[in-house]
Amino acid sequence: MSMLSRIQVPAQARRGDVVPIRIAIQHPMETGYRPDNFGRRITKNVINTLTCRYNGVEVFRAEMGSGVSANPQLQFYVRVEAGGEFVFDWVDDSGQRGSERALIAVTG
Amino acid sequence: MSSDRRRFLLSCSALALSPALTPLAQAQQNQQRVALLREVTGGEVPNMGRVLVDTPPLADNGHSVALRIVVDSPMTPAEHVRRITVLAERNPRPVVASYLLGPWSGRAEIATRIRLADIQDVLAVAQLSDGTWWMGGAHVVVTELACLEG
Repeated sequence: MSMLSRIQVPAQARRGDVVPIRIAIQHPMETGYRPDNFGRRITKNVINTLTCRYNGVEVFRAEMGSGVSANPQLQFYVRVEAGGEFVFDWVDDSGQRGSERALIAVTG
Repeated sequence: MSSDRRRFLLSCSALALSPALTPLAQAQQNQQRVALLREVTGGEVPNMGRVLVDTPPLADNGHSVALRIVVDSPMTPAEHVRRITVLAERNPRPVVASYLLGPWSGRAEIATRIRLADIQDVLAVAQLSDGTWWMGGAHVVVTELACLEG
């Protein structure tokens, strides 16, 4: 199963700006309560941790459970002082990992 | 009456529980809520306020309910939000998600989409940098529940 994802980070910002960061990941976020076609429970499998690092420093972390909708989406904010790279990493209960990165240019 | 208890009673009245409940059922639910809050905070009952939970009052589909949480905080190194936890008491797993923030966030706000298994109050508790806990909530009516059968 591939984990497609989409990140929205502004391409540029001014020093000290608080920029919105959005991420959406394609994932079923199986609750563990849903039966398959044969009535057997599908094992719980959700993206349990998502981190966002900015130039190597962790600036955001989400710990998620089965209460988060399928294909989770998130928006949060980061204050940018210098241009650099946002790196997102996430892992689900089955151990599958995903990663994505985005660049931002900071002026002024 | 301990100040913990007083604060909790205040928080309950502020959250406007479902009016259909009998007093006994309501008391039971309150006890469950306190237990859950203590579990999340590590023993404390959060103060009411500073946390805004923004959801549609009526959600068509419990599988995906838009949720926005804003905490009143300047987000400076001296005073910022450390953690926000979202609770949906009537979900099979009441702890929906936790988010870790810091002064580098600039703004104490997050938005996401959650599942709701019942008509209920969605609560958000936030821990500030001074260690205090605050909470807010919103009542959400869901027409199609994120039911357990899928």
